[in-house]
Amino acid sequence: MLRFIIRRLVVALLVAATVMTLAFIMTRLSGDLAISIAGPNATQADIEAVRKAYGLDRPVLTQFFDWVGRASLGDLGDSFFFKRRVSDLIGERMPVTLTLGLTGLVIALVVSLPLGILAAVKENTAFDRFVQVVALLGQAMPSFWLGLLLMIVFGLQLGWLPISGTDSWQSFIMPGVVLAFSAIPALTRLTRAGMIQAMASDYIRTARAKGLSRASILLKHALRNAAIPVVAIAAVQLGFMLGGSIVIEQVFALHGVGFLAWESIAKNDFPVVQAVVLVLAVIYVGLTMLADMLNAVLDPRLRGA
Amino acid sequence: MRRGWKNVATWVGAVIVGVAAFCALFAPLLVPHDPFAQDLGKRLLVPFWMAGSDPDHLLGTDQLGRDYLARLIYGCRISMMIGVTVTIVSGIIGITIGVLGGFMGGRVDDAVLFAITTRLSLPVVLVALAVVGLLGSSMTILMFTLGLLLWERFAVVARSTTMQVRNLDFVAAAWCAGCSRFRILAGEVLPNIASHLVVVATLEIALAILLEAALSFLGLGVPPPLPSWGLMIAEAKDYMFFSPWVIVIPGVALFVLVLGINLLGDGLRDLFGARADA
Amino acid sequence: MSLLEVEKLEVRFGRTAAVRGASLTVERGETHCLVGESGCGKSVTALSIMNLLARNAVRRAERLAFQGEDLLGLSDAGMARLRGNAMAMIFQEPMTSLNPAYTVGSQMTEVLRRHKGASQKAATERAADLLARVGITAPGMRLGQFPHQLSGGLRQRVMIAMALMCDPQLLIADEPTTALDVTVQAQILRLLSRLQRDLGLGLLLITHDLGIVARVATRVSVMYAGEVVESAPTAELFANPRHPYTQGLLRCVPVPGKIRRDQPLGSIPGTVPRIGPGFEGCAFRERCEFADETCSHTVPRHHAGTTHDFLCRLPA
Repeated sequence: MLRFIIRRLVVALLVAATVMTLAFIMTRLSGDLAISIAGPNATQADIEAVRKAYGLDRPVLTQFFDWVGRASLGDLGDSFFFKRRVSDLIGERMPVTLTLGLTGLVIALVVSLPLGILAAVKENTAFDRFVQVVALLGQAMPSFWLGLLLMIVFGLQLGWLPISGTDSWQSFIMPGVVLAFSAIPALTRLTRAGMIQAMASDYIRTARAKGLSRASILLKHALRNAAIPVVAIAAVQLGFMLGGSIVIEQVFALHGVGFLAWESIAKNDFPVVQAVVLVLAVIYVGLTMLADMLNAVLDPRLRGA
Repeated sequence: MRRGWKNVATWVGAVIVGVAAFCALFAPLLVPHDPFAQDLGKRLLVPFWMAGSDPDHLLGTDQLGRDYLARLIYGCRISMMIGVTVTIVSGIIGITIGVLGGFMGGRVDDAVLFAITTRLSLPVVLVALAVVGLLGSSMTILMFTLGLLLWERFAVVARSTTMQVRNLDFVAAAWCAGCSRFRILAGEVLPNIASHLVVVATLEIALAILLEAALSFLGLGVPPPLPSWGLMIAEAKDYMFFSPWVIVIPGVALFVLVLGINLLGDGLRDLFGARADA
Repeated sequence: MSLLEVEKLEVRFGRTAAVRGASLTVERGETHCLVGESGCGKSVTALSIMNLLARNAVRRAERLAFQGEDLLGLSDAGMARLRGNAMAMIFQEPMTSLNPAYTVGSQMTEVLRRHKGASQKAATERAADLLARVGITAPGMRLGQFPHQLSGGLRQRVMIAMALMCDPQLLIADEPTTALDVTVQAQILRLLSRLQRDLGLGLLLITHDLGIVARVATRVSVMYAGEVVESAPTAELFANPRHPYTQGLLRCVPVPGKIRRDQPLGSIPGTVPRIGPGFEGCAFRERCEFADETCSHTVPRHHAGTTHDFLCRLPA
């Protein structure tokens, strides 16, 4: 078990290092950042001033190692626009994004698991097909459009839910639903497939031969085994939701990390952009590690005993 | 019975994709008006199913008086173009990486897996936005950026199917007959993984179209005045409370096109019996 | 009153008839072997007694009774009360028949707790007790282990112990030793015999191996193409087989000392026929040296003594 953790940590660190490099390269792609920051009306003197102020006159490699060195210790630089430490900015906005992501994941699980289980139990019936249709529709739905539609219907015409801001927990319902929509198709399909496979297995036949109750067979014996891949994918989906929240946060004016990144791109505030990419990537890697741990808990065969 | 239903769905998908491809190819011949021609005297006309519509503009006009139907058809062309180009680029990258990893194994495969893991951990939308934001939005930059970012599914499927095929007997037979690695790859491996990759390709086209729409919606995708559906939705956002059809129409178009592609992809998957990914 | 009575059981899946007429009885304290080659329908017979078949199976019989109580009309809930309780079953593949996610102990105790409402403590004690009875050392440790940590032979012993948790009267064993090594096979068979004697169980043992039949069976039923074609006490069957298929089977078993080097090994010519709907007559007629045209019509059931019957036109 320990070897497993260590190996995953090493991979995680390598990935983080690679992402750090990619993020750095990404923000330097346009060539001269000083020109972008200084703006279209800047004079040569302005540009030089900017260059000096943000350390862009140093050799690229120096800038790179400076970034790597500082980021590894948690110092993600300073925002040009906000004139504050990037880590503070991200720390402030992260709770919103995390709440949004977790809300989305919870809604997705609450919908997918029962639907998947029922579809498996009623395999090949009309209900099963209905569930598959729902999954298809969810996959085709553009999330930002769904968000706007929900806003029109629930926010304006019905007036049930707030359409922007983070004043109350209700503000997270619509955005959460939209995020959930992106994960529901995959999770439902996976649950359904896993349950169908589990129900057809020999140990379920044994469970039936023992005279156990239907609920026990389904929820205790089958689901436990079917849940293993679902858990892994759920963690990954959370990662995607956190990374993809930028669109939803913009639509619903939620001031999370995605919104921050969006503002920073518009303002060429590259330290922030660089840092957000890194932070999101590290979170994703952390989530996949968590998924592996959960797998080991759920499946005794993986514990290497 | 399930087969039958699946068949209908697949055909519906094929028809949708066919219509979209037709619109994409023959757009200039199909549009009733120039999609870029503004007519400020005829702003925000309603579509034909609402009272007070103008028969000259079947789907009404947008906030600058441009014919909606024309922009919709051109938008289809843009979506299809981007979808196909991005898929080709990402396909070349992903398939190459995946096949190399699956075929060579060992260190090469470790490197491939690492590349895939790294790519998966990148927040795609954010990176795409950042690149376009820095380099400026144009069709070419957009297509290349997305193409360089969306290869992971190709890689994963190519790798796993290659690994399965590599162990089969006829590959061993080819080895024994003295075929070079390249010949085996081209002659034995690729034909057998092709069907799986076609399925992945259809799904990738759908994904690329959705992603481009999201980027254009955020203003960092296809540059205006090009009529990307995502951009049309963004432009219509300010009017959506008074004239909701302005965002409904392009959204429905997006939804139907992506649905059609997915249906076709699912149908192809059933046809080929391809189940390479979970 | 017999422990288990099966009369003219028929099972079909869609258009295919897997079982076309199986009749047998199992008494207390008896080991009844149901023997036949692969695909003859013996496993389906066993599963249908416990009503463990797939959803698309259609089961019909003139009589299917356990301890006098009719099983055919019993709801699934009613059957569930009997399963694992008064009647238990063990299967062929011990490697996959246990749930990999739960410990051996929890899988065993849940049966007792479900049927007898026992406490966790009492159930654990009984489980450890039974594990020792089936010859597993350090039962306490084994209870906390997971199935993947046990060998095939051990797992099968666990399955047997698990089946005995609620003191069943009938134990159905579907080819319990087929997937095991030969040496382990012998151990498991000895164990089953001993338990059956000690506990007075009725044991219905499904197998394709005549050697096993000779060793443990009190009574034998021979199945061919979905029908029980002959049924007799073991000694009687081996001494005096009446059905041509049984005779062919016994000829196929090489007996050391009796076969001669210049003689070919016994075999039954031909292959098992595919039985479509509307099939009439004896299924064995294509391969039988005594067949005549009456064999294409209904075949009478003859008796050779009070406990020996067979399906053939040939007289006793």
